[in-house]
Amino acid sequence: MKPKAVKADIASKLVDKFNEFEKELNGHSKSPMHTVRKNALEELKSNGLPGPKDEEYKYTNLVKSIEKHIDLDNVSNDSSLSDSEVESFLFDNEDANIIVFINGLYAARHSKIISPVSDLVVLDFEEAFMQHPEEVIAHFGNYAAKYKDPYASVNTAFSKNGAFIKVSPGKVIEKPIMIHFISDTRQGIPVYYPRNLFIIGERSEVNIVESFHTFGDQPSLVNQVTEIVVSKEAKGSYYKLQLESDNAQRVDNTQIHQRKDSVFNTYTLTFGGAMVRNNLNIALEDPHCETHMYGLYLIKGNAHVDNHTVVDHIMPESFSNEIYKGILDDKATGVFNGKIFVRQDAQKTNAFQSNKNILLTDDAKMNSKPQLEIWADDVKCSHGCTTGQLDDEQMFYLRSRGISAESARAILLHAFAADVLETVKFEFIREHLDRIIHERLH
Amino acid sequence: MLTIKNLHAQIEDNQILRGINLEVKPGEVHAIMGPNGSGKSTLASVLAGREDYEVTDGEVIFEGKDLLDLAPEERAREGVFLAFQYPVEIPGVSSTNFLKTAVNQIREHKGLDPLDAVSFLKLIKEKMKLVEIDQSLLSRSLNEGFSGGEKKRNEIFQMAVLDPKLAILDETDSGLDIDALRIVANGVNQLKRADNAVIVVTHYQRLLDYIIPDFVHVLYQGRIVKSGDKSLALELEDKGYDWIKDEVGSLV
Amino acid sequence: MSKDNRVLEEITTSEYKYGFTSDIEADSAPKGLNEDIVRFISAKKNEPEWMLEWRLKAYHHWLTMKEPTWPNVKYPKIDFQDIIYYSAPKKKKKLNSLDEVDPELRETFEKLGISLDEQKRLTGVAVDAVLDSVSVATTFKKKLHELGIIFCSFSEAVHEHPELIKKYIGSVVPITDNYYAALNSAVFSDGSFCYIPKGVRCPMELSTYFRINAANTGQFERTLIVAEEGSYVSYLEGCTAPMRDENQLHAAVVEIMAEKNSEVKYSTVQNWYPGDKNGKGGIYNFVTKRGICKGDGSKISWTQVETGSAITWKYPSVILKGDNSIGEFYSVAVTNNHQQADTGTKMIHLGKNTKSRIVSKGVSAGFSQNSYRGLVKVHKRAENSRNFSQCDSLLMGDKCGAHTFPYIEIENSTARVEHEATTSKIGEDQIFYCNQRGIATEDAVALIVNGYCKEVLNQLPMEFAVEAQKLLALTLEGSVG
Repeated sequence: MKPKAVKADIASKLVDKFNEFEKELNGHSKSPMHTVRKNALEELKSNGLPGPKDEEYKYTNLVKSIEKHIDLDNVSNDSSLSDSEVESFLFDNEDANIIVFINGLYAARHSKIISPVSDLVVLDFEEAFMQHPEEVIAHFGNYAAKYKDPYASVNTAFSKNGAFIKVSPGKVIEKPIMIHFISDTRQGIPVYYPRNLFIIGERSEVNIVESFHTFGDQPSLVNQVTEIVVSKEAKGSYYKLQLESDNAQRVDNTQIHQRKDSVFNTYTLTFGGAMVRNNLNIALEDPHCETHMYGLYLIKGNAHVDNHTVVDHIMPESFSNEIYKGILDDKATGVFNGKIFVRQDAQKTNAFQSNKNILLTDDAKMNSKPQLEIWADDVKCSHGCTTGQLDDEQMFYLRSRGISAESARAILLHAFAADVLETVKFEFIREHLDRIIHERLH
Repeated sequence: MLTIKNLHAQIEDNQILRGINLEVKPGEVHAIMGPNGSGKSTLASVLAGREDYEVTDGEVIFEGKDLLDLAPEERAREGVFLAFQYPVEIPGVSSTNFLKTAVNQIREHKGLDPLDAVSFLKLIKEKMKLVEIDQSLLSRSLNEGFSGGEKKRNEIFQMAVLDPKLAILDETDSGLDIDALRIVANGVNQLKRADNAVIVVTHYQRLLDYIIPDFVHVLYQGRIVKSGDKSLALELEDKGYDWIKDEVGSLV
Repeated sequence: MSKDNRVLEEITTSEYKYGFTSDIEADSAPKGLNEDIVRFISAKKNEPEWMLEWRLKAYHHWLTMKEPTWPNVKYPKIDFQDIIYYSAPKKKKKLNSLDEVDPELRETFEKLGISLDEQKRLTGVAVDAVLDSVSVATTFKKKLHELGIIFCSFSEAVHEHPELIKKYIGSVVPITDNYYAALNSAVFSDGSFCYIPKGVRCPMELSTYFRINAANTGQFERTLIVAEEGSYVSYLEGCTAPMRDENQLHAAVVEIMAEKNSEVKYSTVQNWYPGDKNGKGGIYNFVTKRGICKGDGSKISWTQVETGSAITWKYPSVILKGDNSIGEFYSVAVTNNHQQADTGTKMIHLGKNTKSRIVSKGVSAGFSQNSYRGLVKVHKRAENSRNFSQCDSLLMGDKCGAHTFPYIEIENSTARVEHEATTSKIGEDQIFYCNQRGIATEDAVALIVNGYCKEVLNQLPMEFAVEAQKLLALTLEGSVG
């Protein structure tokens, strides 16, 4: 179904912005990359942005939220972040490759790559296009376009900066790659479009952690697209730590393509943001792929977090496992839509999905739509979904041993989140998450 | 009753049976023993007609009929019964309903009228005593949530009800405690007649203390490498399988 | 594999056994729909002015609506002007007793296994038979009358009990509800009305048997059930149609009103003609069914066995308004060949301590597509609501599809909502196990499918359950692959 254009003004404003953007490109507007941008703009022009009548945005009126909080004519990506302010966002781990983006721009002075160049190439997306034009253009926009999220088209139209990561075949990158995206809202309202492309070579292994932060109290709008190619027999994991302020608007599209015998884990962990929409699409294009999708959203205030996931089993004998857990406090709203597609050729697929939620107040809301679409008969697929509150018996048991109601609640909620947390491989990330959750629950 | 000649079978591309020869006459009990992976369960499966296995050579004649030509249910109707090593669970299907269907289809095959509910229940009750099976198991879904012992007893109970000519017990002793083992063996012994036969497939000698075999065969690398009487089972118990391996090894 | 194919070939030829037509003279409206047709239908039925006005209001609203396209089904666009909206078996005069029913028509119902002869019925089932658009006979009227139960055709109720019809028609499914409900409201021709007075437990099953007979005819019946405080009724609905090459439209509306502490059990065995094995012909079954648990402690339970129709599209729903009310939905939907089904339920929790339970079992075979679509909504004030949903799909063959679209919307923290779904195929090991015990493959499949559907079939009254089991086996014959 075609999305309905509800607010022509945002879409048309974006078209105006595109013309300005094009002028700034100084001679690069003839490049093949720009052709992809222009095609994406045409898609935006003809489809518009999805309104609440669009099935995919039924519970998340992003257009309205953007309209209310973001004045596209009054955008400023200026930043005055000091070194120590930037460092305050970094994790306690020296032993990692670090990349920093401030309001969408690569901050070379804060970034350091410690893995050898023969194993790992890390570049700003714009730079990557100059250095490896053929490789970038071979992937750029190829994947995101397949799933037709209108916001992905907007990102493509405005794409310029972001992280380009290439892992050489057969190389194991032991140090994680930490990518920090910081929005500095003190100088104005930042709006930017990070574009990431990760190419994980055959038989290689890598772990990439993105974290998102806000500085200052003004709103921001970040529309991000990440394309990940997981080659044959490659292994990896990809974390998103969404820690933005409660004025941050975010729409995030991630497209992952897995090839034969690859294993990939994704973590979507949301602790902040005003309105966050995550589209995670995983295509298992070859036999014997394995993918694990973990999600945790622990939100409060008026936060609205929407996770849409698709795992597409295209060929036989792949395995997918999805666990998303939510704890919703105050007036927070959660949305989960998990689609599992099993195509006709994907015999002997095993696909599992679970979405569990706890509502802490009567003002919190949860809309869940697990969805199975299956065209192959020799498959095992299941999904489970629960929404409720903490178990009274367990609460009572803990309290009868002398634990306060508040601690008991925290213990049980922590235990609830444990299914996801326990699978986090890096101890420093797990500790960081534990700290955030601890603060949030006490 | 049963003649197996030069039977070869494989699964995917793995040759498992490499020329089995065996003759079973009415009234006999044969034990087939052997180390893990020797092909014991494969033989049982092939005789019952599991489609995962491909017979590449040889023949199996049962009561004058080419067994390999028959569909699994036809073999069952002719009187071949396999007590499964791992009986499958079938949710929502009651054991009673399942058995009644089986009994009546076998009767139909023999040209007999179907049993009515009363005579069927009578038959069931009579056979239940044999394996000391609890009536409540029958109203439950087939094998669903049954303990290991209950599953095995249910298999023997079904054997009693279906009254086969040839029963193949595939590792029926595995996972059973001594009491359950005794009950199962007792059931089998009571069903023993001059006109039927039993093949006991087992890794251990333990079950053969209760079901006394007339012949013991040792299966190794897909062939029967040694046959004897029940003393062979005791010898195996005593010495393990290694000496057989050595003996065979020296032959090759 | 080759054996399975053989089995498949052998039995896909099984015929739809209800596919006869009856040669009964019919009194029909001309094809097409306009205001005059609505007036024609109303006039044919000698309806009072208020009924006509209600119809016209629905018709005018329908004109403003768009045909919905969101279900997961595909079919050529329906030409609403190519349908006959009214067809009634011609009758010479009002029938005074069942003996006066046209013998041809009686025979039709005999063939369907529905005897209209009260004395012949051993089981206590009162039957209202609807052929094409008109109710032709209602049995056991007298006995029910003694208890104050009204069970009659809808047309009769419009004349005999106008105050009840006026009060309740459209109160659960308003004329504006959806496209097909609006259409039905404009052109409905007959159906059943059932009223159970306060404190009365209806001593027998009430049953309506629907049959489409005439060609090019749409059937638009309406059922209204009102259960007063503390009453109970179990209601059965059966459907068949002749085999025809063209698709026929069936757009019914069922409304149930359950007052305090009452209970309504509504069971359907739907076996409309599904089309031939190439997907030609068959009924489009687009139905709106909804009940309100209006009073505290009331209960509405839907059970459906859907084996027929080329396309089935329906969501029997319960609005749980009264505190402590209960809604249930038990469904078996079996599709084979080119059938499509998009069915499920909506459970809307408004009252406190409300409970709902959904058990849906889909079986797809052949080239069919089978979707479960459901909504569980817990409103803010619905403290301590509970829902449990189990939606399982079974696939037979690799040309069919199974789809699950559950919507779960929770606005209250004390709610407990659980949803589980699985998709699998009949295990080869299960079939082999049955084979080994002497059961032929097709019987094994029937056995396993019946076991898989048991939780739903158990909800049906005895005689329906037996029929439903046979239907399942019949629908799936030849689908082993």
